[in-house]
Amino acid sequence: MLASFDSAPASQAPVTHFSPEHCALSIDRFNLAYAGKPALRELTLSVPRHRVTAFIGPSGCGKSTLLRAINRLHDLNESVKHSGHIELEGQDIYAPQTNVTELRRRVGMVFQTPNPFPMSIYENVAFGLRLQQRLPKRQRDDIIEWALTSAALWDEVKDRLHRSAWQLSGGQQQRLVIARTLAVQPDVLLLDEPASALDPISTLKIEELIRNLKSQLTLVLVTHNMQQAARVSDYTAFLQDGELVEYGPTDQVFTNPHLQRTENYITGRMT
Amino acid sequence: MSRFITVAHRRLLDRLWPWLCAASVALSLLMLTALLTLLLVRGLGHFWPASLEEITLRSGDVVAGQAIRETPLPQKIGNERLYFTGNRDIDGASWRWVDVDNIIARTTPADLIRLERAPWGDFIGRLESLEADGQRMMGQAAWDYLAAALALPADQRPTGQLLLTTADGQALSQPLSTTSRALAPNAMSWGQKTRLWGSSVWQFLSEGPRAANTSGGVWPAIFGTVLMVILMSVIVTPFGVLAAIYLNEIAHQNRLTRLVRIGVRNLAGVPSIVYGVFGLGVFVYGIGGTLDTWFFSATLPSPTFGTGGLLWASLTLALLTLPVVIVATEEGLARIPDAQREGAMALGATRLEMLTRVVLPMTVPAMLTGVILAVARAAGEVAPLMLVGVAKLAPQMPVDGEFPYLHLERKFMHLGYHLFDTAFHGEDVQAAMPLVYATALLLVLIVLVLNLTAIFLRHYFRRQRGNEC
Ligand SMILES: Nc1ncnc2c1ncn2[C@@H]1O[C@H](COP(=O)(O)OP(=O)(O)O)[C@@H](O)[C@H]1O
Ligand SMILES: [Mg+2]
Repeated sequence: MLASFDSAPASQAPVTHFSPEHCALSIDRFNLAYAGKPALRELTLSVPRHRVTAFIGPSGCGKSTLLRAINRLHDLNESVKHSGHIELEGQDIYAPQTNVTELRRRVGMVFQTPNPFPMSIYENVAFGLRLQQRLPKRQRDDIIEWALTSAALWDEVKDRLHRSAWQLSGGQQQRLVIARTLAVQPDVLLLDEPASALDPISTLKIEELIRNLKSQLTLVLVTHNMQQAARVSDYTAFLQDGELVEYGPTDQVFTNPHLQRTENYITGRMT
Repeated sequence: MSRFITVAHRRLLDRLWPWLCAASVALSLLMLTALLTLLLVRGLGHFWPASLEEITLRSGDVVAGQAIRETPLPQKIGNERLYFTGNRDIDGASWRWVDVDNIIARTTPADLIRLERAPWGDFIGRLESLEADGQRMMGQAAWDYLAAALALPADQRPTGQLLLTTADGQALSQPLSTTSRALAPNAMSWGQKTRLWGSSVWQFLSEGPRAANTSGGVWPAIFGTVLMVILMSVIVTPFGVLAAIYLNEIAHQNRLTRLVRIGVRNLAGVPSIVYGVFGLGVFVYGIGGTLDTWFFSATLPSPTFGTGGLLWASLTLALLTLPVVIVATEEGLARIPDAQREGAMALGATRLEMLTRVVLPMTVPAMLTGVILAVARAAGEVAPLMLVGVAKLAPQMPVDGEFPYLHLERKFMHLGYHLFDTAFHGEDVQAAMPLVYATALLLVLIVLVLNLTAIFLRHYFRRQRGNEC
């Protein structure tokens, strides 16, 4: 992976850039405000393809806001104003000609609490597929099996595909939601604290899943769990008060952060 | 002050308050049971073939009739008893109060009969003979012939003449064709009585009214009520659901939306007769009158749609129950977590797809709750209907074999209004009273059945979706 480090003033961390052919998402001086209250400020960062990038930072620093901006979920809220650019594979997602539903297919999103639909397991995974195209049943079944297998859930549910998804455990539900997203073959998967509502065993399964999935797509993981970020991510961005503080390879951010602020947060010495 | 409240006090209070709650539940249940029991006993008891008594009074009078009830005499010691004696054509009244002390003999002779007749109401007395087919039959032969004749459909009965005598010996001659039913309850076994009771209840449910609604059945009213409620639901559900979707999912949640929402909620409190006036002015005279001048000018001045009818009644009630459906659906929509909506959107669903595939299926139980409440309210509503289409006696059913089969412009009968009419506008209100109870029971049962259907549907949809909202 090509990553270049700009030399920067001492008070600032070096900025991590990726060359365009390795860059899945690039965010450029992005600002966002809820009803006039800024939540993201001058955010600039790029996310490498087929890697796991973790966003960490204290509660309320704007991690979820940023993920939702990448998926354009803020569109529904008229009080949200934004400026700057977010590019997916070189295309501005806020450009007028962007097809929002197609963008959302390409950028999958998994939320903190599992949100399977009140349908069967099968129908949950088929949901996104049915929106896209009419597939013959055989082909659809194959995709569903593949998606559930990729989400490490197939063996647990293959005998009860037509049972209600709400009967699954929390961890299984979260993996089902991931499978549902994978079924429409996104380029990027955004995970907003996907394991924070789960027990430790389920959490480990999700983490393993995230590591395995990076061969297929680009992952962005928001977590408040520092060990989790260290365990699964390749790159880590530390946000505070809507600003990017430090961004670099996970090893370096965790073992040798450039800034005192980052070190304080990581070692738990929050002010 | 609270410092002086001891732990014992607090424990006592904590033990007592559940009993207070339980007591109010018990009271409600008690009143409900009392209501249903009253309706059941009075309503269903009416169809039981009660025995007929023949009593001899101190004065020498002989009276035959059915004992109804006994009350203490206002002045003297002792009771007086009310008898239904029938024979309004002979005695001028069908009821008689008798001082119990004046009765010297009380028997239930097996040959006393009761005839249901078209004019003058019931006859109570004896069948002396019957002339038919050119011969004269006496006693049991006459009775058998009469029973066989009445078992035939009305248009196939033979002509004949009944010779009857009352208990006090007055003779009466009456054509067979005026008689619709004959019973000799004193000669009947329990089994026969039970069977007769069953068939009377069935007749009540399946036949039309007779004698200006004071006897006979209520089938047209049942049919009218149910049809009107179904039409109303079919109209109100889509409107209410669309309005709720607009208010909850589409409109900006600003002050105007809140104002509209408060307005809708308050509409539910508008007295129903006001809706009736609105329906009369707007639907009947406004829209109906216009339709008549456009499409039915040939029959004017006699109105087709410009007068009360099934359609206008259903529309008026739909308007009346619209707030109920809107509020229930809105509450259902508001309960659906945004996570579900975002989950669908994040998969690339459009807003319409998100609504129709995720949100609305989850809201079905709430919608059904709204419809249940609407039905419960509409089925019992009478006041507005009197202005927009209910009839005391509808000459034709709103559905028949004549094209277009469903006649939306026709007037219809309604159980609530029928009840009111039977109770207050008959010639012999006293005699019709049991029918009023029976009709009330039926109205309660119909509302119950409609509600249970909707509750069953709601349960079914909940189970199917495996959700708990
Ligand atoms: N829908 C919203 N309306 C107004 N303010 C919001 C909304 N969502 C988040 N915020 C605010 O934006 C800031 C960032 O929130 P969020 O992105 O949820 O933080 P994080 O996910 O890092 O905990 C917080 O101050 C929060 O109060
Ligand atoms: Mg968050």
